[in-house]
Amino acid sequence: MRRRLIVVAFFVVLVGVWEMLVRLKIWSPVLVPSPLSVASYLKGALASGDLERATFVTVRRLLIGYALGLIVGLPLGLLTARFKFCEATLGVIALGLQTLPSVCWVPLALLWFGQTEAAMLFVVIMGTLWSVVIATDNGVRTVPPIYARAARTMGSKQWHTWAKVIVPASLPFIVSGMKQGWAFAWRSLMAAEIYVTILTGFGLGNLLNYGRELQAMDQVIGIMLVIIVIGLLADKILFSPWERFLYRRWGTAKS
Amino acid sequence: MMAIQDELQVVPPVKLVVDGVSKWFRQRRATVHALDNVSLNIHEGEFVCLVGPSGCGKSTLLNIIAGLEHPDNGQVLADGKLVTQPGRERMMMFQESALFPWLDVMDNILFGLKLKPNLSRSERREVARYYLELVGLSKFANTNIHELSGGMKQRVALARALAPNPRVLLMDEPFAALDALTREQLYGDIQRIWQERKKTIVFVTHNVREASCLGDRVVLFSPHPGRIHEKFEVDLPRPRDINSVALAKYSTDITRALKRYLKPDLVEVGE
Repeated sequence: MRRRLIVVAFFVVLVGVWEMLVRLKIWSPVLVPSPLSVASYLKGALASGDLERATFVTVRRLLIGYALGLIVGLPLGLLTARFKFCEATLGVIALGLQTLPSVCWVPLALLWFGQTEAAMLFVVIMGTLWSVVIATDNGVRTVPPIYARAARTMGSKQWHTWAKVIVPASLPFIVSGMKQGWAFAWRSLMAAEIYVTILTGFGLGNLLNYGRELQAMDQVIGIMLVIIVIGLLADKILFSPWERFLYRRWGTAKS
Repeated sequence: MMAIQDELQVVPPVKLVVDGVSKWFRQRRATVHALDNVSLNIHEGEFVCLVGPSGCGKSTLLNIIAGLEHPDNGQVLADGKLVTQPGRERMMMFQESALFPWLDVMDNILFGLKLKPNLSRSERREVARYYLELVGLSKFANTNIHELSGGMKQRVALARALAPNPRVLLMDEPFAALDALTREQLYGDIQRIWQERKKTIVFVTHNVREASCLGDRVVLFSPHPGRIHEKFEVDLPRPRDINSVALAKYSTDITRALKRYLKPDLVEVGE
C-alpha cells in the first residue's frame, strides 16, 4: 500500500514538473508538448477510432505471429534436443539466426511478400521462432535424466515420457525463451511498422512515424505511451500466470 | 528329527534370477568392467541388501534388474520371464527422490497409477490416498515438492513406487542423503511396509549397518570388476532396531568380511 502511494506520488510529481517546465517556455512547445496536449491527442485519437484501429492492427500482427512462432518453435526445439541430426543442422541454423537482430528480416520480408500483412507476420515469427527453439532445446537438455528413468520404471513409454515428463520438466526454460521471443517480436514489429508503410493496415508504429512527419510531438509521445502500456499489459496477461505457476511449483524466484 | 524339519521348511519360489550377468562400460579412456559373471537368486518376499564400496557395480546390477540397462552377458529373469525393459511389477526408488516438481504430492503418486490400465479416476485417488496414509503424509496431498523436507520427499517417492502395487521394489541408496534421525524412522517404516504389503525388496547401500538392519540376506560386492563375494543371512527378529547390540555383531562380521576383500585393492592403491 505504502509502496503504491509512493509510485503514484512519484508520477504525479513527474507530470507536474513536466507541465511546469513547458509553461516556463524553456523549450519550444513544438519539441516538448505539455502533458495536457498529449492527453488531448490521445482523447481525440480514441474518439475518432484511429487509436483503436491501429492498436488492433498491431496487436493482431503480434499475437498471430507470436502464436505461429511458438507453434513452430516448440516442436523444432524438441527435435534438435532429441536427434543428433537435427542438432547438427537445424540447431546450428537456430543458433546463427538467433544472433541476427530480427529487424534485419524486414528488407527480405518486403522483397518476398511486398507491403502486406504477410511481411509483418514473417518478421514477428522470425523474432519469436529462434529464441523459442533454442530455449526449448536448452530446457530439454537440462532435464535431469533421473526423471525419465523414474517415469520409465512406472511404465511410461517414449511419447508419454516426452509429453508428460520432459516437456513439463523443461517449462522454466521454455517460459523464459517465450519471454525472450516475445521481447524480440515486439521490438522488431515496432521497428518494421515505423520503417515501412504496410498498405493493409496502419499499426501503432505507423502512427508514431506520422507523428514525426507531421511534427506532432503530442502524437509521438502519446503513441509511445500506448506502446509502453501494451508491453506492460502483455507481460502481465501472457506471462504472469506461467510465472506464478513456476513459482508455486518449483519455488523459483518471482520476477 | 532333522529330516522332518527339512521337510517342513517351506522354500519360497525364486522370484528374481540373476544369471551370469556381466557388464562393461566403454569410456573414452578405458573400458570399465562393472560386473563380472554375477549370479543371484532372490526369493519371493525376501529383503536382500547389496553392499559394497562405490564402483562395485551394485547400482548397475539394480538398474539391470529394473530393465533400465542391459547386461552384455547373462540374463535376468523375473517370474521366469526375461527382463528386457522396465516393468510396472519392478518399481525403482533412487537416492534423489526423482519426484516431479511440476506436480504436487498427489499427482506425483497418481503418475504411475494413471499408466496402469483398468483403474477409474476415483479408484486411482483412493489408492493414492491409501499409500499416502501408509507413509504418514495424508496431510500433504496438495503440497508442492519443493516445500517437503528430504525425508518427506523419500516417503512420497516410496508411496509413488508402491502405488502401482509392484511385487518387487528396487531401492538404490534411497536413504543415503538423509540425516540419521530421519533415516532411523524410515528403517522402521520400510520394514513395516515390507511386512504389510509383502514385497520383494532389493536394496543397494554402502552402509553395512543399514544393510544388516534391513536385509534378510546381505550380499557383499567387491569392485574392479564387480563380483559377489559372500552372502550373509541375518537371522534377527523384526522390526529390528539399528542400535541394537545383536545387530552390531552382524554388522561387525560383515564389515570384517568386506575389508578382507578390499585389502588387495588397498594395497594396489598404496603402491
